[in-house]
Amino acid sequence: MDKKNIAGAPFPSENPAGKKRRFAPAQGSGGHGPRGPRGPMGEKPKLKNTKGTILRLAGYLTAVKLPLILALLALLGSTVATLITPYVSGRLIDVLNSSSMLSPAFATALVFGAYASTGLFVSARLGKEELAANLKKLAAEGLIFALTSFTVTSLGTGATLWILNGDASRELIKVLSAMGILFLVSTLFSLAQQLLLVRVAQHTVRVLRTDLFGKLQKLPLRYFDATPHGELMSRLTNDVDNVSNMLGNSITQILSSVITLVVCLYMMLSLSWQLTLVSFITIPFSMMIMRAITKRTKKLFHEQQACLGELNGIVEETISGARVVKVFSREDNVIKEFDEANEDLTQAGTKATILSSVIGPMMNVVNNIAFALMSGIGGFLVVNGSVASIGMIQSFLQYSRQFAHPFNQIANQITTIQSALAGAERVFAVMDIEPEPEDSSDADPLSAPKGHVLFENVTFGYKPEQPILKNLSFEAQPGETIALVGPTGAGKTTVVNLLMRFYDIDGGKIEIDGVDIKDIKRQNLRSSLGMVLQDVYLFAGTVKENITYGKLDATDEEIIRAAKMANCHDFIERLPKGYDTELSEAGSNISQGQRQLLSIARAILANPSILILDEATSSVDTRTEMNIQQAMLALMKGRTSFVIAHRLSTIRNANQILVISGGEIIERGTHEELVEAGGFYANLLSSQYKSGLLDEEED
Amino acid sequence: MKNLFKYLKPYLLFTVIAPLFMFLEVAMDLMQPALMSKIIDVGVAGGDKAYIVKTCLLMCLCAILGIIGGAGNMLFSTKAGYGFAKNMRSALYRKIQSFSFANIDEFKTGSLITRTTNDVTQIQNAFVSCIRMLIRSPFLCIGGIVMVLIINAKLSLVVLTAVPFLTVMIVFLLKKGKPLFMSMQEKLDRVNTVMQENLAGIRVIKAFGRADYEKKKFKKSNDALCESTMKAMRMMSLSFPLINLIMNVTMILMYYFGGQMVFEGSINPGEVMAFSNYITQILMSLTMSSFTLMFLSRAGVSIRRVNEVLNTVSDIQDGKDTEAKIEKGVVEYKNVSFRYPGQSGDNVLNDISFTARPGETVAILGATGSGKSTLVSLIPRLYDASKGSVFIDGKDVKDYTLNSLRSSIGVALQENVLFTGTIEENLRWGDEEAPMEEIKRIAGVSQAAQFVEKLPESYDTVLGQRGVNLSGGQKQRLCIARALMKKPKILILDDSTSAVDLKTEALIQTALREVFDEMTVFIIAQRISSVMDADKILVMDNGRIIDSGTHAQLIKTSNVYREIVVSQLGEEAVKE
Repeated sequence: MDKKNIAGAPFPSENPAGKKRRFAPAQGSGGHGPRGPRGPMGEKPKLKNTKGTILRLAGYLTAVKLPLILALLALLGSTVATLITPYVSGRLIDVLNSSSMLSPAFATALVFGAYASTGLFVSARLGKEELAANLKKLAAEGLIFALTSFTVTSLGTGATLWILNGDASRELIKVLSAMGILFLVSTLFSLAQQLLLVRVAQHTVRVLRTDLFGKLQKLPLRYFDATPHGELMSRLTNDVDNVSNMLGNSITQILSSVITLVVCLYMMLSLSWQLTLVSFITIPFSMMIMRAITKRTKKLFHEQQACLGELNGIVEETISGARVVKVFSREDNVIKEFDEANEDLTQAGTKATILSSVIGPMMNVVNNIAFALMSGIGGFLVVNGSVASIGMIQSFLQYSRQFAHPFNQIANQITTIQSALAGAERVFAVMDIEPEPEDSSDADPLSAPKGHVLFENVTFGYKPEQPILKNLSFEAQPGETIALVGPTGAGKTTVVNLLMRFYDIDGGKIEIDGVDIKDIKRQNLRSSLGMVLQDVYLFAGTVKENITYGKLDATDEEIIRAAKMANCHDFIERLPKGYDTELSEAGSNISQGQRQLLSIARAILANPSILILDEATSSVDTRTEMNIQQAMLALMKGRTSFVIAHRLSTIRNANQILVISGGEIIERGTHEELVEAGGFYANLLSSQYKSGLLDEEED
Repeated sequence: MKNLFKYLKPYLLFTVIAPLFMFLEVAMDLMQPALMSKIIDVGVAGGDKAYIVKTCLLMCLCAILGIIGGAGNMLFSTKAGYGFAKNMRSALYRKIQSFSFANIDEFKTGSLITRTTNDVTQIQNAFVSCIRMLIRSPFLCIGGIVMVLIINAKLSLVVLTAVPFLTVMIVFLLKKGKPLFMSMQEKLDRVNTVMQENLAGIRVIKAFGRADYEKKKFKKSNDALCESTMKAMRMMSLSFPLINLIMNVTMILMYYFGGQMVFEGSINPGEVMAFSNYITQILMSLTMSSFTLMFLSRAGVSIRRVNEVLNTVSDIQDGKDTEAKIEKGVVEYKNVSFRYPGQSGDNVLNDISFTARPGETVAILGATGSGKSTLVSLIPRLYDASKGSVFIDGKDVKDYTLNSLRSSIGVALQENVLFTGTIEENLRWGDEEAPMEEIKRIAGVSQAAQFVEKLPESYDTVLGQRGVNLSGGQKQRLCIARALMKKPKILILDDSTSAVDLKTEALIQTALREVFDEMTVFIIAQRISSVMDADKILVMDNGRIIDSGTHAQLIKTSNVYREIVVSQLGEEAVKE
């Protein structure tokens, strides 16, 4: 049912999300359900430069310098130890042929043994001072595990050797013990390196996530207005996860590849330069293949992550809006929408993965051919007598395999690396968004303001070209109650949003106690303003936790007093676990009106200097409202209060009533004055109380 | 896994083909050392250059066949893996859409998101590496062992001694790993939930200046996630060095015995070389499979979590009568009682009975928490009555299919949720196919047209998630329009004009009756002015209907109603 819009209305091109990629442009303008722009504003759809991303990631690694360096040392040790093994085993073959001595190999092994113990000693020392205690613990765990398994096996080996040790040559045993030491060393090192790297990766990811979350707290509301929540969540989990995978695996792989490359090259050259030249055949091929493929996959991985984010966005929005989906029986439509995003994701993912994973087999074939060539040519060389021994060829071939390995390894890591870089770019994209402007350095702390509020020629629009408020001016004396009245969409809520500095004004000035709110720290400003919002939001958690959101260190008595004032103590007591009842996420266990009462209690407990009540009791029945009226009046006493309400009972006692229409104050005065004047307000009232009952109404 | 098999079915062919290609690649890989040892033992030892060339070319051929195998395997395994994941995600999402609120509450939104994306990805990765590695590895391993046996059965006994060690180790690691992976996914849920809440409640957080508090909360769950990931990863990283160690010791043993045998003359040095090559191969394959097994055990956790969702039976089951349609819209409650599933305490609704006819407006009034919203949410079966039944046109609501039931009922809810997209798209939720004039007409009825048409982009204005860029009253008017777009037989306005000013509300009510004169309308409201003209007013208290009648009747008979009127309109209103 992918119908074209009858009105032919395409997606507005200048939507706040910026130019957003659509993977299925053909469906982009279809009227198939609300699938608008998904993607945060201000983010360029273009791929950023890879180098910058890598450098930034590297910046995060500096925090874990020490374990990283230790890991790299361990990596060096284990790689080199592994690399010496073919040399030794090559000699071994020669021992089997002749019985030449193997002291060089043995000496090398001893050197490495020394290197190993020093390395371990150093890391143990450093561990004492700098690393967390648990690292030592796990190193110890690993050591014990490795040592026991090694001891068991080598004891077994020793025993067998001893039993069978008839006429075995001493050289053979020597070579074998050299190998044994090498193996042990490489095992210990690789163990240490793995454990250290896990730490590096997780630490980095933790910091990355914390930074991203911290950044989100600083972003202006405009950003959240324009970005689907699930999309952001995907960045925090899926994208960061990819980075973690890379740090955990790829760093080791790549570094060990480089080390392997260098050592192998050296060994190969020293064994036979002719054969080394043959093995170089692989390099240009490998390079070409890799470059050709990665160029294409980079974009695809970016697409894959973006699709995943979009999918997350759909899931989040439709689950949290499940009630509406159900009553409109839109399940099929949202499923269709989901399926489309799912298909996009699958397409992008499949393409990216297939393309990048072709590299592996391609490299393999290049290597295998090289291997074949070298075997052949090596064979010739031996037959011609230009190379010393078969054992040497064995060594060389093993090295040449290892020499090819790095290319393979890097090729195999490309999938991980590219999707990690795509993820990192998406994370950094959020971090690069302009945050709420910093509090100015001389920001006034605003301690316990008296509550004088001044709006002077305030102009504001959520979009600059669409002003909501025009030249708004008014003044509230400390302790006054100001009621904002007017038709829906006139800008009443906007006024309080600006006072809270959720948005910055486009023109004019807002002052509290004579200080421009731009010069007050947001934290201080907002905590001295208490707000009960139209859309009540309660957090998953107990009733008590939600009330204390206004004052974290409140005592039980204070909580109960606030609850009693807000008239919610009774119903809380009736809940299965009273104040400790968990509020469910879909919020089915308490009613909307009860939620409003809880949020009033929350504001009461916070004890702010200035109170904002935005339709705070719209879902509370009038009798309950009358009951809390007393409390509300007590609460408002001595505090400057802004009240938005349609109910007369709430507004008639205000010191000033501001009638806002079309973003301007069209009438102002007290209830009596405005009724007298017979303007918009009086009209509103008479339509409200059809028979004009209200005019002579008593208290 | 059995459960999930059906999602793999369309890709069964790929799943079977992929290993076959892998088999080709592995076979070719296995040929290489054997051929090489031939070069040494036959070619080099015998000085036969022609043989060396021939074997060398053969090796090249093997390499080329190998790539066909390798690439084919990649292609098909990737297709199968991604397809499998796609079907699984789709099934999960469908299932979630069928969930009742109790089901959603039980899982939590954050967790459902993790399960549809992250968990499925885990399974997909494991599956792909499974049909790649887990098959490649045993092929390589078994192939290696077979080759070793062929070369020299006696020497190969040495290789076999390593097997019990390896088995014990892998089993140990897997056993240890599973709970760690489980806790990892749970911690991930938690991070997701905290994040989701933060996004939804960002205004409250900013209003109370609680960013630092939330950061601390997040840090806690983030740290926990990292902690448990680290534990799991440490476990995984143990396997590689340990397997290496065991296999290397085997290598030493092999060299020792092989050496003895060379001295005895019962084996060629070239064969010992081939042996060492095969042991390396076996070692690699075992390392790979231990990784794959780790992956699998991680995926096992994810499979469990996915299955938990898939196996959940929605509390609300579809009705059987597929033919049944709502023609008139007569709503009848017969002795209905209700309490939320799984909650103790008093009934939310008690023994409710009343009838509402087409063309009638029934208003429901009552204290906060008296059960008004719950009462009407039984009509579109957002919940099912615990006792008694709700009938529409004489038929139990449970007998209609959910689709036919809900498509005849228009609801504007208390929480006015709009979705990301344009205004037009949001209104089309009520009717996909409506012509634009119809949309404008309906928007006119709910008094939304005036403000929408004043917006620069009119009906194409893009709304943020939950319609954040509109005022409360504007959202409510759009929600009402959205409900009316369905041309419902029954309309439920659940406190959906609370943020609309009185003048506009009066306009909506008048227009509503002019356009939809045969509709059964339920209005929940706090304002007397909203309900005064209703044909029937139900006054609720503590889950019971305590009084009912018209405004004129109730003013005389109902104390509670009179009190409400007085509280809003003053004494004059009841004096008459």
